[in-house]
Amino acid sequence: MKNTPAITPELIAQHGLKPDEYQRILTLIGREPTLTELGIFSAMWNEHCSYKSSRLHLRGLPTKAPWVIQGPGENAGVIDIGDGLACVFKMESHNHPSYIEPYQGATTGVGGILRDVFTMGARPIATLNALRFGSPDHPKTRHLVSGVVAGIGGYGNSFGVPTVGGQMGFHSRYDGNILVNAMAVGIAKSDEIFYAKATGVGNPIVYLGSKTGRDGIHGATMASAAFDDSADEKRPTVQVGDPFAEKLLLEACLELMKTGSVIAIQDMGAAGLTSSAVEMGAKGDLGIELDLDKIPCREEGMTAYEMMLSESQERMLMVLDPAKEKQAEAIFIKWGLDFAIVGKTTDTLRFVVKHKGEVMADLPIKELGDEAPLYDRPYVETPKRPVLDAAKIPSPVSNREALLKLIGSPDLASKRWVWEQYDHLILGNTVQQPGGDAAVVRVGEGPRGLALTSDVTPRYCDADPFEGGKQAVAEAYRNIIAVGGTPKAITDNLNFGNPERPEYMGQLVYCIRGIGAACAGLDFPVVSGNVSLYNETNGLGILPTPTIGGVGVVDDVTKSMSLAFKAENEAIILIGETTGWLGSSSWLAEIAGREEGAPPPVDLVVEKLIGELVHGLIKDGLVTAVHDLSDGGLAVGLAEMAMAGGIGATIAAMPFGLPAHAELFGEDQARYVATVGSKDALDEISRRVSAITATGEALVLMTVLGKTGGKTLTLPGESPISLDELEQAHENWLPAYMAGEL
Amino acid sequence: MKSAVITFPGSNREGDVIRALRRATGHEPVSIWHQDMDLPQGTDLVVLPGGFSYGDYLRCGAIAARAPVMDAVRTHAAKGGLVLGICNGFQILVESGLLPGVLMRNAGLKFICKMQHLKVGRTDTPFTSAYSEGQIIKVAIAHGEGNYVADTDTIARLEGENRVAFRYCTAEGNTKAGNPNGSLNDIAGIYSERLNVLGMMPHPENLIETLVGGIDGRGLFESLSAFRRAA
Repeated sequence: MKNTPAITPELIAQHGLKPDEYQRILTLIGREPTLTELGIFSAMWNEHCSYKSSRLHLRGLPTKAPWVIQGPGENAGVIDIGDGLACVFKMESHNHPSYIEPYQGATTGVGGILRDVFTMGARPIATLNALRFGSPDHPKTRHLVSGVVAGIGGYGNSFGVPTVGGQMGFHSRYDGNILVNAMAVGIAKSDEIFYAKATGVGNPIVYLGSKTGRDGIHGATMASAAFDDSADEKRPTVQVGDPFAEKLLLEACLELMKTGSVIAIQDMGAAGLTSSAVEMGAKGDLGIELDLDKIPCREEGMTAYEMMLSESQERMLMVLDPAKEKQAEAIFIKWGLDFAIVGKTTDTLRFVVKHKGEVMADLPIKELGDEAPLYDRPYVETPKRPVLDAAKIPSPVSNREALLKLIGSPDLASKRWVWEQYDHLILGNTVQQPGGDAAVVRVGEGPRGLALTSDVTPRYCDADPFEGGKQAVAEAYRNIIAVGGTPKAITDNLNFGNPERPEYMGQLVYCIRGIGAACAGLDFPVVSGNVSLYNETNGLGILPTPTIGGVGVVDDVTKSMSLAFKAENEAIILIGETTGWLGSSSWLAEIAGREEGAPPPVDLVVEKLIGELVHGLIKDGLVTAVHDLSDGGLAVGLAEMAMAGGIGATIAAMPFGLPAHAELFGEDQARYVATVGSKDALDEISRRVSAITATGEALVLMTVLGKTGGKTLTLPGESPISLDELEQAHENWLPAYMAGEL
Repeated sequence: MKSAVITFPGSNREGDVIRALRRATGHEPVSIWHQDMDLPQGTDLVVLPGGFSYGDYLRCGAIAARAPVMDAVRTHAAKGGLVLGICNGFQILVESGLLPGVLMRNAGLKFICKMQHLKVGRTDTPFTSAYSEGQIIKVAIAHGEGNYVADTDTIARLEGENRVAFRYCTAEGNTKAGNPNGSLNDIAGIYSERLNVLGMMPHPENLIETLVGGIDGRGLFESLSAFRRAA
């Protein structure tokens, strides 16, 4: 191998490798690496691929349950949903690219996560997303919202998968670093899941999909430009998503998988060819030899270094059964896709890359992954904030005015402007659309379906990472319960600041611990995930944002529950305890203009007992509408139920003995509002609630709040608010903001 | 009722329309690949489904309109056979000359997916006999390029010959206020001269069951099913 150019400290730094990490490379291979090898190491050992800052802490997460088929470590997690079917899902971030180029950043984010799902043999049936933007006043926010939303729609709509749910929030801490987290959910037969693990020596490695270009080589390419005259040609280009190519890739892969010719398959995502090839070999205890002369290239004169680091989209790598090569070829040709045999599996446990007759890299394949640095970075716990006394926080406005302001605030305003740009109806299985607690998507012809949600309250995570992490999982659990689902598993997308700063590392560590505690307490394991660090604005970290994507099973979608009031004159009940918790609440931020105080704690025992109670009430037909309470508390929850059903409500004075604004807007956890159509049903619910309390495990409270009816929402002591006024406040903000009218 | 559904590379609602046809007719439609040269013997109805054929990176439907199978579709239409183009299928029909006009970018410049009311035009056609004239139905729309445009003469001719199949409207039937994309005369769908080719932007195939939004789209598939049985 030729060692040109020489590896200098500058070159090492430009590849994001620390001096001690470079020493580790020298020790591992016993010589100076070639430039291509240095590139390979930088790709395998960066934070994104190696989880070097988070791995130690992620190990503590619960990942097992009888229904978990595949936990973290593959392209996506897999759970058994019954009837011989499996649900394959994962969430992943595309934060930095989306800030630089919002449309393409978002499209490639969606494309990448869809590939992760169909690589495992699953047909995608839904996507969700979680978006965080800077303050609405920030000059870039409108442009970023517009581009990201168009990009998510542009990809999913064309690919042909419904975008059924998501969340969108604003905060100045995201001004210079937005978050774009995309989740994809697919269905496969539970005994036909495909994995990355290669088997058999001498089997062909096949490249399938779009051609390889110089996109996404980033800083690494710039590093190479310093010693090359043709620097201009190697200018890194933005990755561009091509949903059409992805659709063809999907159909070709699924058709191919049916023939039994696929031994192993891995999509080329981050770190492209390098990471996919190494993973297939390392997982199968095999070596891999690649011949780069065979790679379908979009541009001429690409070097080995560039091909190994390209992040061109819509590409797959697979190990095929040589006996079925012809059959596979016919499928690739039918779908008009580029393909080539680019290498073979070997028994050497080496990762060998050849180009133009020269060996450009020859590395120990298992060590590339296994020997990646692992850091136990110093961290400090976020100081605990005091618990606020609601009685000492007077309300500056009437509760009527506060409600109208809250439901029209950026975070709580209707996101119709967003989801109407997403095809949420394609495939004809969207039983519950965006705008509810969780989306419900029928699987095939039913009756089974999935309840899908994405949740996190960054305000809480910033105030108390442990409680915030717990709350994110608990809210996902609650949203699934509220539509009649059984919560099964989650995917976590951990977005944090710089892990080299102990206070941000502390946020990561404690959020993970909170997530772990909630997963264990709620029997809701983590099966896949993604970590995105170094998210910051002018040296200040983003709000810690561990987005949780939750999946539940709905046994019969015709019996799924929604939050809309269904009929007049039904009793409205509140299940769960109300203490008027205003610390870190939406009300405190939007109405009182303060972001302080401890966030509401989640009692996991109560959460689970109440969750199971509500699940039973829905299953047995005792309730007619169910909504979990979260941001904005009871008053916002009631307003949402009234608007969705086009039916008003009158709420009587409440028996909690708290200041009215704390009762209405406090964000106590583990609470649901439901409506009940008959006296018998109400009696049965009371009986069940008392039975739980009688066991002594926890105190569960049920309160009758009032009745549905009319066209106004009347809160105790306030003049009625017409549904029209509520709708206007709720629906107008986002369209007006995006039109530049605000 | 023998129906065939064409899949172009990038079609993505073929499964939805296959399901709607299967439920209405009791028969499984035949899937046709865009490179096939012929339609199966005895085909009554050909459907061009929704999607983004060839990615729609060029004018929507422009490449698909030149697919090998389109000659067979033209022959089928010329013989009076039924052709239904939905969304991208409608775009392909105008690009292939089977219907007049063009579908431009939505007036709001955004993709729109929502429930949409339509006013049904004439009901003496194979596609709409199960509806009543002037009936307001709720179906889905999901498109970025659904803004129907044609020259004044063409519009006058379509109106004069009563060939507007559906118009966008509000729940109360107000067409102007209910137009989501700027289409001329609030046109959501049009017929060919002989009323055997229908192109429409909305998706009746997604409104075939109460559980998923409603059943107002069923009428179209039931009309088709009934038409053949009567013939």
